[in-house]
Amino acid sequence: MGELLDLAERVVGLAEGSEQLEVVVVHEHETEVRAYEGEVESLTVAESRGVGVRVVFGNRQGFAYTGTLDEAAVGEALAEARDNLSFATPDEYCGVAEPDGVEPADMDLFRASLADYPTDAKVAMALELERLTRAADERISGIESAEYSDSITESAVATTTGIRATSRETGCFLSAYALAEQDGETQTGFGFSLGRDPADLDMSTAADDAAERATRMLGAVKPPSGRLTVVLDPWVSAQFLGIVGGTLSAEMVQKGRSLFADRLGDEVAAPGVTLIDDPTDARAFTASSTDGEGLATRRNLLIEGGRLDRFVHNSQTARRAGTVSTGSAVRGYSSTPGVGVRAVSLLPGQLSQAELVAGIDDGLLIQGVSGLHSGVNPVSGDFSTGAEGLRIRGGELAEPVREFTIASTIQRMLLDMEAIGSDLQWLPMKAAGVTLVIGELTISGT
Amino acid sequence: MDHELNGDADAGAPIVEPDVLEEALTSAMGTGAEFAEVFVEDRRSISALFDDGRVEELTSGRDRGAGLRVVVGDTTGFAHTADLSPAGLRVAAEAAASAARGGGGGVREVALGAVSGPAPGPVQIMPRDVSKARKVALLERADSAARGSDGAITQVAVRYADSHRRIQVANSDGLLTGDRQVRTLFSVSCVASGDMGMQTGRESIGHTVGFEVFDSVDVEELARRAAGRALLKLDAVPAPSGEMPVVIGPGGGGVLFHEACGHGLEADLVAKSASVFAGRRGEVVAAPIVTLIDDGTMPGEWGRYAIDDEGRPAQRNVLIKDGVLTDYMWDHLRARREGRPSSGNGRRQGYRHLPMVRMTNTYLGSGDADPDEIIAGTDHGVYVAQLGGGQVNTATGDFVFGMTEAYMIEDGRLTNPIRDGNLIGNGPQTLLDIDAIAGDFAMGSPGTCGKDGQGVPVGDGTPTLRVTRLTVGGTAA
Repeated sequence: MGELLDLAERVVGLAEGSEQLEVVVVHEHETEVRAYEGEVESLTVAESRGVGVRVVFGNRQGFAYTGTLDEAAVGEALAEARDNLSFATPDEYCGVAEPDGVEPADMDLFRASLADYPTDAKVAMALELERLTRAADERISGIESAEYSDSITESAVATTTGIRATSRETGCFLSAYALAEQDGETQTGFGFSLGRDPADLDMSTAADDAAERATRMLGAVKPPSGRLTVVLDPWVSAQFLGIVGGTLSAEMVQKGRSLFADRLGDEVAAPGVTLIDDPTDARAFTASSTDGEGLATRRNLLIEGGRLDRFVHNSQTARRAGTVSTGSAVRGYSSTPGVGVRAVSLLPGQLSQAELVAGIDDGLLIQGVSGLHSGVNPVSGDFSTGAEGLRIRGGELAEPVREFTIASTIQRMLLDMEAIGSDLQWLPMKAAGVTLVIGELTISGT
Repeated sequence: MDHELNGDADAGAPIVEPDVLEEALTSAMGTGAEFAEVFVEDRRSISALFDDGRVEELTSGRDRGAGLRVVVGDTTGFAHTADLSPAGLRVAAEAAASAARGGGGGVREVALGAVSGPAPGPVQIMPRDVSKARKVALLERADSAARGSDGAITQVAVRYADSHRRIQVANSDGLLTGDRQVRTLFSVSCVASGDMGMQTGRESIGHTVGFEVFDSVDVEELARRAAGRALLKLDAVPAPSGEMPVVIGPGGGGVLFHEACGHGLEADLVAKSASVFAGRRGEVVAAPIVTLIDDGTMPGEWGRYAIDDEGRPAQRNVLIKDGVLTDYMWDHLRARREGRPSSGNGRRQGYRHLPMVRMTNTYLGSGDADPDEIIAGTDHGVYVAQLGGGQVNTATGDFVFGMTEAYMIEDGRLTNPIRDGNLIGNGPQTLLDIDAIAGDFAMGSPGTCGKDGQGVPVGDGTPTLRVTRLTVGGTAA
């Protein structure tokens, strides 16, 4: 990791005159094993490195990146970034971050054990995951994928303003996508397990969830259209909360693309709703002690008791708003720092999913959604996605349903949140899932 | 290389010399592998963003490296490197070979043939020969045009991007080939604000040509169309809910076929029985008026290339002919197992990725209906003028696609614009439910198709068509 920071510092040292430089260096090592029919379908061992260079001078910025740590290529990127700068329109808020004295959280996100874990053992896990998934239920007819993957990511940020930040994280992930078949009908189900090193992984959960989710959909029919109380499974609510989090970026607000601009202090959600973005929570798969500009990440309360409390900022949006960064710059080495949430979660409630379902006479449990990118417009707030799940009748899960949509608006859904489960679950995405009861959504089916 | 014959000076020099590729392949085959391949890529890109009334930034990028693939039995080993030196490639080759676990040992020399393959697509004005200032000027013109079209346009983002990608593919069968792929993209996204909140409108063009694309594309007109779409939706009513006939306008409907059956016709998914179209070759899978083609050779289109990322020339593949499923799409590995040639559909996002079966430009052949009559013959339904993206579960066939400009059809006439939402259907049923296809074929907007985490550029197109029954996912009764 020292090497990455050394490289970043060397490049920062090339700054001329009063120009500001920000250099981000990333090194990622990944392994992916896919199993199929008892054999290794593919084994990928990959190492990616890259450097991004941002130059700020005269209130303008230019950026360039290169997918290697080769110093000649980095020099070329610096020259390109300087050239690019001359075409930008001046913006008084433009600039790299300044150290703000906030100490990065001390978190254990790196496990040396992963680096030493033998490839053979990873292969064995993928093979065993496939075997377990196939064996979980006699109706499992096949596997679309059974996969082990891991990554070791190290990064460094250095700036002419004195920022020196490094971070390193490990992560590993098992996922199974099962096919269940009965009477010529096929259904699919997804299961996974994740952690910081292989010891955290629970193979049977991944296999059993995939099999259970696929088999319980067998016989699914298209439901009639209407309005129903809907229970979102954690996997689904996390995707919804990720979209909500996206609308709370100060960049979206300042550029007139957020539903919630001008709504600070307003009741935007049901009174029981508290939404937090906390990348310093080590349980989050996306936890990180520093942000894309090298500032410490921090816990940001976004919605408290239904009231909109704050937007998230990077240093540029903060300057424009006359506030301080919330440590929410997000980026890879190939882009300039944007603004975004990283680890959003709802403050959980007291009841399990089964207890919440028991309180619903006529409703729908949604286990999967599709087309979030095509049917949700975060600017207008329109929300419409394909869905599959199980009917709830008399407080019990009943027949499976599929090929329908659920629709509302993002604003309405926040206000219609009737209950939040106790089953907070960290997922491989920027939000945690939790069982969520939404008072009324429109179901479009037959 | 014969690329030089094309008058394209920079395509001339190989990225890596053939003897170095031979050596890497020999290392890869040394452990008893059945097949080895080296894929070399050198990609430069520029993207310029005009947002919030100003040129926000220009970004330049370069990615250069090689991916090495070794196949032993049913197992593929893969490794990549950004180090294109002989030593760098040898290390990656050994890593890929060890991942594939060859057991045979011994030496198998690989001798590459002469460079072969079709010439790259013609480019008149290489984007990199055009000054950044000219590119930025396009952005400013589009921004002004969008803002000038109505005071209700409150935000505009305009993006220009081009990329210059050179690839080389060599494999243990002796193949040595290469391509130079140039792409130019321009998009405008607008926000309009009214009493009912904000709405968005987007237009984009993308072609596998150079800067000459702007001789025929008027960026101001493109910007006004994007603005018009956002403005129109300020008065939009909530989309209806439930099953009804859906008419899809020319150009817009390609996404429907991409999702309803395109992915399901990819041989990798078919081989795992993860497609509802598995085992159905030769069967009627669609209405007899449906002929669906995937064509990687369409000049200038977004999904066009001379060779795929396994070195196979792009082809025109008829997938469905008069309603009958004629063939799937194939990559090298799937085809090899079936003892047939690849269909030129082996693609990858970049050198860090394994290739797999992907679409190119997927389109529906024209019919003989009159587009106005199709609408006039629809009592109550929805007309979709522009589709957003979509998604499919190939195993069940259930698919969705978004509508970003749509109208109610009442008594055979287009009436109110409706708000954004998804439509849902089941692929095999939807293909049978197509009851009218017009002759007004058009290609749609450039797209990026995602599969297993890899994005590749794809095109699509359709004439006006009608599906007798799809479920519209709105909130209105």
